[in-house]
Amino acid sequence: MNTIQEIQTEIIEDFAMFDDWMQKYEYLIDLGKELSPIEEQYKTEDNLIKGCQSRVWLHAEHTKGKIIYTADSDAIMTKGIVAVLINVLSGQSPSEIANAKLDFINKIGLKEQLSPTRANGLVSMIKQMKIYALAFNN
Amino acid sequence: MLDINKIRSQFPILNRKVNGKDLVYFDNGATTQKPQSVIDAEANYYTDENSNVHRGVHFLSGLATDKFEETRDAVQDFIGAKHKHEIIFTKGTTDAINLVANAYRILLSKGDEIIISELEHHSNIVPWQMCCEISGASLKVIPLLDNGELDMNEFNNLLSESTKVVAVSHISNALGTISPIEEIISKAHKIGAKVLIDGAQAASHIALDMQKLNADFYCFSAHKMFGPTGVGVLYGKEEILNKLPPYQGGGEMIKEVSFEKTTYACLPHKFEAGTPNISGVIAFKQAIDFITELGVATIAKYEDELLQYATTEILKIEGVKIYGTAKNKSGIISFNIDGLHPYDIGMIIDKMGVAIRTGHHCAQPIMDRFSIPGTARISLSVYNTKAEVDVCMNAIKKAKLMLS
Repeated sequence: MNTIQEIQTEIIEDFAMFDDWMQKYEYLIDLGKELSPIEEQYKTEDNLIKGCQSRVWLHAEHTKGKIIYTADSDAIMTKGIVAVLINVLSGQSPSEIANAKLDFINKIGLKEQLSPTRANGLVSMIKQMKIYALAFNN
Repeated sequence: MLDINKIRSQFPILNRKVNGKDLVYFDNGATTQKPQSVIDAEANYYTDENSNVHRGVHFLSGLATDKFEETRDAVQDFIGAKHKHEIIFTKGTTDAINLVANAYRILLSKGDEIIISELEHHSNIVPWQMCCEISGASLKVIPLLDNGELDMNEFNNLLSESTKVVAVSHISNALGTISPIEEIISKAHKIGAKVLIDGAQAASHIALDMQKLNADFYCFSAHKMFGPTGVGVLYGKEEILNKLPPYQGGGEMIKEVSFEKTTYACLPHKFEAGTPNISGVIAFKQAIDFITELGVATIAKYEDELLQYATTEILKIEGVKIYGTAKNKSGIISFNIDGLHPYDIGMIIDKMGVAIRTGHHCAQPIMDRFSIPGTARISLSVYNTKAEVDVCMNAIKKAKLMLS
């Protein structure tokens, strides 16, 4: 398993290949479509991260010292970014997740997706992923 | 005939690029762009006129006060109010509704009823819920028909001797429905209820005459009619405003203050505590002048033409469903595309320079009514063109292709 930093570097390299926004968005849409589905039993009100517009469901399990995240969103662009975040953090240890600096977001030009516009639940999602990590760390 | 190019030339922002493309601004329901005259008036106030209003003895204060009050005169003319002091400046429509709903916390009690509608913006729902919580009054809701019109039969059933206030919007921000407020006002008055109209979406699209309309309160925002943000109007009938308790305490709203007893100033100052948004109010006059020069009826006719064109064009896109198909409708198209989330559509067409609103439009009960998470909304203004509608339609088609 690569470290969080290594995975971030790979993602930055992947996104650097795109010439324009359209390729980037199409890639995110594909990632969204390919994201392994969350088990239906976890798509509950408790696991719902509310954005103003698109909704994100996040579930976390702690096994063998690693956290496995699964998630879903009703908007495909949001789901694509959710998939990137899961690629980066899922399978890592609680302490690594809790301390992770997610600087790839700025570098792949997705900062606008994570501005506090309340439009999507992504800012809250990252926070929730870290809260799980802190909880499992204790 | 309107000279749209000439109108567009007055709005500097329309020349800018967004994501490398010409801006197509179709989010006018949220806020309209501002003509140069409004921008200049704001700048000029701080450059040449800045001073506090209504209290100074010096030259500049007199000048600022005169200009501030000129806007009140202009608003009075614009909406056909009987008295100048029936025009209260607020921060916006939300603030105006809160002012009235706050006063009714004291005037209402258990057993009294407030009627709103399923069509309302949250700002014409929540203040009344807060009012009910404190006063003990209860809230009744006029339901919607499938086409987005109010169910007027149900309205008739809801009206009773317990009804004390009816608060409805003139035009729905989420669906564009123009409601029959004349009928609502006259029926409510027959049983002695007072009527507040949320005119935020209507003020630059429908010619207003308060004396003819006979609403007890009418609220609107400057920023949705080419004026600055942070300025709104509460119109209220003199005799009713006089009976309402003051909203906020502070400077300018008092006659005499002592620790034993304070007496309040006359209208409109009783409701204008603190230093107002002076530059905004002064610049608002330019917005009113802009609308008056074009003529509200002429603006409405042009926007209706655009609406018809955009509606025809968007329905050519397979899978499009329009929410809100009232017979009497303003320049708003709320839509979804089969299988697509409005957020995704909005995100993608933004990259092509097209600004629309997506989401629940601060009207969640409407979205619940149609069992949808939200819609994409195109809202048109007088500076928009058919060519822009074409750009928007192509962008939507492209988004659909990418997302399917």
